[in-house]
Amino acid sequence: MGPQTLYDKLWASHAVHVEDDGTTLLYIDRHFLHEVTSPQAFEGLRLAKRKPWRVDANLATADHNVPTTDRSLGISDPVSRTQVETLDRNCAEFGIVQFGMSDPRQGIVHVIGPEQGATLPGMTVVCGDSHTSTHGAFACLAHGIGTSEVEHVLATQCLLAKKSKNMLVWFDGKLPRGVTAKDMILALIGEIGTAGGTGYAIEYAGPAVRALSMAGRMTLCNMAIEAGARSGMVAADETTFEYLKGRPYAPRGEMWDRAVAYWRTLHSDEGAHFDRVVRIDVSQLKPQVTWGTSPEMVTTIDGRVPDPKQEQDPVKRAGIERALEYMGLEPNVPITDIRIDKVFIGSCTNSRIEDLRAAAEVVRGKRVASNVKLAMVVPGSGLVKAQAEQEGLDKIFKDAGFEWREPGCSMCLGMNPDQLEPGERCASTSNRNFEGRQGPGGRTHLVSPEMAAAAAIAGHFVDVRHWQ
Amino acid sequence: MEKFTVHRGLVAPLDRANVDTDAIIPKQFLKSIKRTGFGPNLFDGWRYLDVGQPDQDNSKRPLNPDFVLNQPRYQGASILLARENFGCGSSREHAPWALLDYGFRAIIAPSFAEIFYNNSFKNGLLPIVLDEAQVDELFKDTFATPGFELVIDLEAQSISYADGSKRFAFDIDPFRKYCLLNGLDDIGLTLRHADKIKAFEERRRQEQPWLFA
Ligand code: SF4
Repeated sequence: MGPQTLYDKLWASHAVHVEDDGTTLLYIDRHFLHEVTSPQAFEGLRLAKRKPWRVDANLATADHNVPTTDRSLGISDPVSRTQVETLDRNCAEFGIVQFGMSDPRQGIVHVIGPEQGATLPGMTVVCGDSHTSTHGAFACLAHGIGTSEVEHVLATQCLLAKKSKNMLVWFDGKLPRGVTAKDMILALIGEIGTAGGTGYAIEYAGPAVRALSMAGRMTLCNMAIEAGARSGMVAADETTFEYLKGRPYAPRGEMWDRAVAYWRTLHSDEGAHFDRVVRIDVSQLKPQVTWGTSPEMVTTIDGRVPDPKQEQDPVKRAGIERALEYMGLEPNVPITDIRIDKVFIGSCTNSRIEDLRAAAEVVRGKRVASNVKLAMVVPGSGLVKAQAEQEGLDKIFKDAGFEWREPGCSMCLGMNPDQLEPGERCASTSNRNFEGRQGPGGRTHLVSPEMAAAAAIAGHFVDVRHWQ
Repeated sequence: MEKFTVHRGLVAPLDRANVDTDAIIPKQFLKSIKRTGFGPNLFDGWRYLDVGQPDQDNSKRPLNPDFVLNQPRYQGASILLARENFGCGSSREHAPWALLDYGFRAIIAPSFAEIFYNNSFKNGLLPIVLDEAQVDELFKDTFATPGFELVIDLEAQSISYADGSKRFAFDIDPFRKYCLLNGLDDIGLTLRHADKIKAFEERRRQEQPWLFA
């Protein structure tokens, strides 16, 4: 066999059966569940009188609907409450481990998986959620699935799938101060577009990726889906092993050594073939800010809102005009002149301890600007929250005027009460700036945690590279 | 998915064309987190005199005595006789879910809307196409014969009167027939490889035991 990519290796090592047309039965090592996309799948199992194939491959948590305020009051919206209670019941009935709303380990499914060591190199990881790509940071083949596939995985431990093409994204150079993994991925999406990765599995590599923490790598992989790819991945290395060592679900002792020996093979071979290669020099990168209603509508902090008149392509021009109208922005306005109403630091993209530390560093000893109605920090999990409190980060945020909340998806999509009002403008560390995503009529600008924190203090976007 | 081999059941006649999925299960019931439980709201707008809401006690609602499924002679029906273009409109899979939940296993009509037809197979509900004249005959005999029952034999692709007096043949796509006869949905098809999956899993357990903690 010739040299293989990481994706080739992961694919080949999970193929149970291949049909003539290439459709492959892929074995699934880890299945994460949350309350929104699982109820009908469990119901399907029950109807067909089936049992989960392998209960211990599953791990569940409630994240999308949970309140981020006082949990002792329960969930006020009956529809949300029903979904969360349904997950409780289903997990109890089928014997699936769940971190429920009152469990200290509860949190966003893509934060808690790695945090528990339940995501391990070499695995196939799926979840009824498109941001499952996050887990690829651990040299996993990880992608989102639909509800009928959730049922399929529960019942068979397999998925029917067809292989994607290979794309290599090579990040060269060293990140300047104030520029982060979030800026790397936003810049990539700006370059290749939201359909640029369609049909590909992306591998992120290069010195700038090797230098990233696991949190940064997860941010990169998280938004592979915004680049059009169902999965993104990073080869395993010492950073990966160091992160995983001692985590509850990670192997121990002699088993750990055996595992690491195998994990060291999880990288693309020298000379492996990629169908597409994209190179980005991060030493030239600047903080990114989205100005429109798609993640590819992005520019740099020293840039300006685009002028549709400059766009030759009539379809694109119309797209820019529509986006500017929705966003309430005039052409050619400097990004730094855009004033904001709310700040959201959280989501499966940027709610890990490293993100909170970086944001806290920016706000330390300062005050949220008077025009900012709400600045909130929503840790990705109960354990992230506890860790942050131990480090005193909560105090830094609260002293600056931020709200310090309970973990969950929160204002990333506003299935719970955390929503933007129509017309409100938000600096958000989440991953989607679609119309109405954070609340009907809400206007989202995607940025890094540092940039969101700085915007909260300044009341408008500022270049965090020059932050004092 | 439940197998469909031979089914004998009481026939209920729904004598209207273009029955859409909105009529089969109205939109207010789609908020459910379930695939089951839609039966009491099947044909809700026709079946009850009031406007239904989710989470209502349906047994307390006023029934429309004129609606065919409310007539005592059709209680317990499991075969629905229908007219052309049954299941048109929205693609909601809740429609076959509701029909199945009510107790129907098969629907006989001169034609079906395509999406509904597909959705039915996915859920083990058998839609049978007969020609116009045969369907007319069935309607006539159903109305004329209290307790009118049919025997549907999927393997033989035949519909017979319970008293053996008449028999109709029907067509069905061989792959769909195979899946239904064996109770195979996507999951069912995958489970044909259960031995392969087990063998794969066993090897994996040997090679990477840490994945099976
Ligand atoms: S944080 Fe947002 S993107 Fe991530 S899983 Fe939750 S809703 Fe989805």
